[in-house]
Amino acid sequence: MIRTYALLAWTWTRAAAQYPLSFALMTVGGLVVGGLDIAVIWVIFANTDELAGFGLTEVMFLYGASQLAFSLADLLFGNVDRVSRHIGAGTLDAMLIRPASPFVQVAADQFTPHRIGRSIQAGAVLAVGLTRLDVPLGRVWMVPVMVVSGIVIFAALFTLGGAVQFLLTAAPEVANAFTYGGAMLTQYPLSVYDARIVRGMTFALPLAFVNWQPGLYVLGRPDPLGLPSWTGLLSPAAALTLAAVAALAWRAGIRRYRSTGS
Amino acid sequence: MIGGHGAAVSLYPRLAWYGFRRHATYWAAALAGAFTNTVFGVLRAYVLIALWQARPGLGGYDVAGAVTFTFLTQAFIGPMQLFGGGLDLPQRIRTGDVALDLVRPASLQLRCLSEDLGRAAYLFVARGGPPTLVGALLFGVVAPHSPAAFLLSVALGVVVSFGWRYIVALATCWVMDDRGLGVLSMVLTTFFSGLMLPLAIFPGWFGDLARALPWSAMAQVPADVYLGTADPARALGFQALWAAVLLALGALMTGAARRKVVIQGG
Repeated sequence: MIRTYALLAWTWTRAAAQYPLSFALMTVGGLVVGGLDIAVIWVIFANTDELAGFGLTEVMFLYGASQLAFSLADLLFGNVDRVSRHIGAGTLDAMLIRPASPFVQVAADQFTPHRIGRSIQAGAVLAVGLTRLDVPLGRVWMVPVMVVSGIVIFAALFTLGGAVQFLLTAAPEVANAFTYGGAMLTQYPLSVYDARIVRGMTFALPLAFVNWQPGLYVLGRPDPLGLPSWTGLLSPAAALTLAAVAALAWRAGIRRYRSTGS
Repeated sequence: MIGGHGAAVSLYPRLAWYGFRRHATYWAAALAGAFTNTVFGVLRAYVLIALWQARPGLGGYDVAGAVTFTFLTQAFIGPMQLFGGGLDLPQRIRTGDVALDLVRPASLQLRCLSEDLGRAAYLFVARGGPPTLVGALLFGVVAPHSPAAFLLSVALGVVVSFGWRYIVALATCWVMDDRGLGVLSMVLTTFFSGLMLPLAIFPGWFGDLARALPWSAMAQVPADVYLGTADPARALGFQALWAAVLLALGALMTGAARRKVVIQGG
């Protein structure tokens, strides 16, 4: 499965490399689009020292961790949200009769390597945030764990979004509210939002485990809603649970799919 | 030639009506877009509420004003096409169909503008209504200061937005990569229109510059007219000025494109 994915992704990368100038421009474009988020954070902190109890460096750390996870998930699995187009164009039929997983084929189709620009920008913000924070070595190991858990959570969201499109072929944008909306939600400390939203993001849709709960652990700060400090350590478990749900939903979608036969 | 004259007079309103109907066909897509705009509006509102709790009265808005600003600008995404696009022109330039458009006996720019106004009228209702309503239900939004001035300001904002997008689209004639231009235009528009944060809180000279640029006419200025935080006459004049400048620039580029395009016969 991984070999098939790598082969397909490499094919699309070679195709993109045929237009080196376009490729370079789009990569820089990703960097600039990500830079806009930073400009927004800069304007906010030009007006205040603290946003919902968090300073600039802490917000940079939280932003960098969630956006690095999101951009890598988007690079690897973002194209799953194009499944309704494959249904509309009839190309899903061709994928289903090939001897490779349809999920891998949909995810790797039109693989867009220039999305790495966003990851570079987010990684740089995370690195700057971390170096300015002075996190003790005993807790810094959590940073890679939270980024990987975040990738799994966002990849599961993309998959759920793809699975929903088997039902909503005419309105695939609805899925964006959850994938891109999740990326937007986790840019800022969750203490910004209403407590009911934060509880929903902890116990229903586990977006709080992307960067909020593990981030509080890394920062050594208490949870404003009173959850114990080890809650952040549950990130991998939350990610795997959501991934299992997404896998089931995707299978249900594929089973339900009826080709038009055209 | 009474018939011919009548056709020319009714051409542009008819194109506007076609633009309206064409977008009304894709109501499910508009509804899905409105849903996404609403979700993002709720998230943005919380961030702004947190900022305004730290700095009450920032930028001349109270918390209710800042929340209203958020949902208004989210409502503008569709009609003002703040993420770019909305025109068929780049596609037609790449396929070469634009050659036909350029030789038709009616201004390409005015034809595109008419269709775009029809599109904007539909999306103002379909994609502007839901975020504003949900914002009002969840957080409460303030009532428009002067509804007539607001509608006029929205209409002028659409013309400024069209003027800009037309220039970007036509630039495809010279720069072959329209995707790169699209990204550049999206970055400038989303940031300098006031969609991400009110331009009123941008610090120092940077704020002065952002408020003077044409993109502010697409979201910041109509929102200020709605809230009554800008003098309507000055705001509308500012928008009209940028509309005239951008339309004139677009007309010049149309002329240049007509001379540049070589139609390969056959």
